[in-house]
Amino acid sequence: MARALAAGETTSVELTQAALDAIAAVDGAVHAYLHVDAEGALAQAAASDARRAAGTPASALDGVPVAVKDVLATTGLPTTCGSKILEGWLPPYDATVVARLKAAGLPILGKTNMDEFAMGSSTEHSAYGPTHNPWDLERIPGGSGGGSAAAVASFTAPLALGTDTGGSIRQPGAVTGTVGVKPTYGGVSRYGLVAMANSLDQVGPVTRTVLDAALLHEIIGGHDPLDSTSVDQPLPPLVEAARQGAAGDLSGLKVGVITELSGEGYQAGVLARFHESVELLVQAGAEVVEVSCPNFVHALATYYLVMPCEASSNLAKFDAMRYGLRVLPEGVESPSAEEVMRATRDAGFGDEVKRRIILGTYALSSGYYDAYYGTAQRVRTLISQDFAAAFEKVDVLVSPTSPTTAFKLGEKLDDPLAMYLNDLATIPANLAGVPGISVPSGLAEEDGLPTGFQVLAPALADDRLYRVGAALEAALEAQWGGPLLDKAPTLEGAAR
Amino acid sequence: MSAAETLVPFDDVLAAYDPALGLEVHVELNTNTKMFCGCPTAFGAEPNTQVCPTCLGLPGAMPAVNRVAVESAIRIGLALNCEIAEWCRFARKNYFYPDMPKNFQTSQYDEPIAFEGWMDVDVDGETYRVEIERAHMEEDTGKSLHVGGSTGRIHGADYSLVDYNRAGIPLIEIVTKPITGMGEKAPAVARAYVQQLRDLIVALGVSEARMDQGNLRADVNLSLAPKGSTTLGTRTETKNVNSFRSVERAVRFEMQRHAGILGSGGSILQETRHWHEDTGVTTSGREKSDADDYRYFPEPDLVPVAPSREWVEQLRGTLPENPTQKRARLQADWGFTDLEMRDTVGAGAFGLVEATVAAGCAPQAARKWWLGEMARRANDSGADIADLGVTPLDVARVQALVDEGSLNDKLARQVFDGLLAGEGTPDEIVAARGLAIVSDEGALNAAVDEAIAANPDVADKIRDGKHAAAGALIGAVMKQMRGQADAARVRELVLEKLA
Repeated sequence: MARALAAGETTSVELTQAALDAIAAVDGAVHAYLHVDAEGALAQAAASDARRAAGTPASALDGVPVAVKDVLATTGLPTTCGSKILEGWLPPYDATVVARLKAAGLPILGKTNMDEFAMGSSTEHSAYGPTHNPWDLERIPGGSGGGSAAAVASFTAPLALGTDTGGSIRQPGAVTGTVGVKPTYGGVSRYGLVAMANSLDQVGPVTRTVLDAALLHEIIGGHDPLDSTSVDQPLPPLVEAARQGAAGDLSGLKVGVITELSGEGYQAGVLARFHESVELLVQAGAEVVEVSCPNFVHALATYYLVMPCEASSNLAKFDAMRYGLRVLPEGVESPSAEEVMRATRDAGFGDEVKRRIILGTYALSSGYYDAYYGTAQRVRTLISQDFAAAFEKVDVLVSPTSPTTAFKLGEKLDDPLAMYLNDLATIPANLAGVPGISVPSGLAEEDGLPTGFQVLAPALADDRLYRVGAALEAALEAQWGGPLLDKAPTLEGAAR
Repeated sequence: MSAAETLVPFDDVLAAYDPALGLEVHVELNTNTKMFCGCPTAFGAEPNTQVCPTCLGLPGAMPAVNRVAVESAIRIGLALNCEIAEWCRFARKNYFYPDMPKNFQTSQYDEPIAFEGWMDVDVDGETYRVEIERAHMEEDTGKSLHVGGSTGRIHGADYSLVDYNRAGIPLIEIVTKPITGMGEKAPAVARAYVQQLRDLIVALGVSEARMDQGNLRADVNLSLAPKGSTTLGTRTETKNVNSFRSVERAVRFEMQRHAGILGSGGSILQETRHWHEDTGVTTSGREKSDADDYRYFPEPDLVPVAPSREWVEQLRGTLPENPTQKRARLQADWGFTDLEMRDTVGAGAFGLVEATVAAGCAPQAARKWWLGEMARRANDSGADIADLGVTPLDVARVQALVDEGSLNDKLARQVFDGLLAGEGTPDEIVAARGLAIVSDEGALNAAVDEAIAANPDVADKIRDGKHAAAGALIGAVMKQMRGQADAARVRELVLEKLA
């Protein structure tokens, strides 16, 4: 698209209008969006066309429309985090990444659906109803960023932003056949990202191609003084790495297959596609070895302690005092502040959010802190050490992104632990702060649904993701005769 | 006060118990911007005009540490002879409160920036070493205003307003270890500690340190143990005591109250208490029990603070003179006796006298005004001497006017009245109130002549050499001239005319 814009074959207004038309046609069935801003997006598109006509585009992606996960603050557009408690809230400021999109000239189409406060692996926990997987509307699009992934997979947005706390960009990418990247922790500003678990959250791109992801990543990434955890050094050359990778030569690269993340518990079709992809990397000249990361088996348990602890504290601010929902308790004459807080939080938060608040509150309470939070932090260190040891031997680590393809809506709603297993392969990267990418690796034969291939690199070496990802993408597309998404069913006229 | 809270006479308390003190002082720093954002910190601004997404705790907003606040914290730590942490973190203290934007306070928990220090406190010529457990950084909360209702408290109010201008202003909390072995001096040690701490903070220039504006707030922990016991008793924490005098009174009150409960076989409830300035008593706040669980954990949005040793040493070089040494030096410079010096410090006037002398006033004159006139007025109004509204510069100017003969002491006191009433500078008040001494010889001569004529008996006595009688004539002249005459000159004229 950027190339077509640059060549003058199309305009940003045309692209943006096409995206808006697609939303009108199919989003009733997919429900990828919570808010669509047609007017704002078209105005930004017109401004972009004017810049391009004047010969001064603001960036490589100036004029290409983008959808933004509803967990990022946007001026003039509601930000609900998929929760009733923030229904109708209009932030008075833009998240840094949103400000950077605007500065780079990308029209913002709207805000995408998500599990409430990013808690979930299926986007069924949105207070505004689930998103449907464009490959099979009966199935989940992954979570919590199912809206962003489904928007890209349903061709209603060429680019989207997601956030990844335990895999919420990569896992939806895997089950919708899109590319999702979790940058190095601190590589992209979190300012304006409504925090679920601050030490794990990361903003990143959701796109159709690896190169698109690199282009978007370069726009949103880099140091931000408003986020003290943001890395104060330049990004590595991501776009260049993607272009280099697409040329198909991986000689000299050492790839480690993570033993703990490529065997038991994984769907057969997922594993089959994974091993074929590994074989393609070998053909491109990479050296592949098995690498063991023994502490990864504890990653899930560690994550489900650290995350709720931070989340329980973050969500305390939603108390009906300053913004968002306010519910007065029934049958109370003149309620106290505490009673209003209680009634509001009871009405405003969904079950999954309440579950995690209670878990976190319990795990942080005195007498349990050391047993739970303290232990989790120590295991977290061990997981980081596993990564460090592995990256002494290899340049990147690989695994399937998600153990299964998309499951059916409602299938695991009553079984939170089964739901949590979906993040098994993605969580270690968040605990250690290293970057990861999920690239489409084909359809599982048993259900015909997309699978994802995950590449992990050392912190700050995000360029390696793009090199390996682009090489794999090129090899796979050569086999398929085009992008995997071309095989997705058409949704025109799909009934909801 | 319930029946169980009978107060025991102070001397009886001491006969049976040893008091232990613990003081927690919050110092609001005078940085230009807040602890974690760039909002201004000016006092008295319109409500909610100095706020941003970060200090309002809006979803998604993130904190970033104010380097100047860290610098102030380190300097305070060094001045209190503390170790400075090589690496420390902020933590979240989680609890719900309507004027706290995030429902957690960003503070420091088990990793304070400064720890293990001490300060020597002088009380009546004796020195008590107060050990400092820690000094840590945190942010202030907003302020609630309860409208309607008669008490200004939330109970019975129609609605409440919250001002978040104060939310996020940097605070340093300085916590002592338990202070024991003071006996009857406990109330005085508490007061002297807070006073000396304030002097130090002022000398460091890191805070306005005004108790009346809440820049300096003291929480007083007190417990009693049976005489000779080596374990500490159960403590109560009296929150936000807002003057030096109240610190002293609150300690004394709690000692008497604790003794009353213990003496009647009761036990002390570990709780927070409120101090009531007007009645001089404390009342129960909330019970501090095991349920009070702040669920501290390291603040994930802030990177650790790791002050380099070079920076710490550089900051050590900026410390003001040690207050104890400085006191000795200035006592010698000023020629004060030990007693005069002790009184000056005891009245909280040391810094004021110093500043007044620095402004050009003679030391004894500065001392006379602060300890006589100002201390009396402070005592009358229950305010702190520093908070009367009269500055060292004012006092120095008034004394200069006395020195040049434009004012006498009586007129000077009227100038102070004007200063307290906020009527302007000393010169403006002299002009507006027409206070300057009349130096017009013609007018003086006329007034003296009139007084002689009106008091022939007195005049005769003076003519007979009884000069002591001149006072009556001088008084008459001063009365006629509304005090605005130079008494010495009047005396000269009277004696001249009746020679």
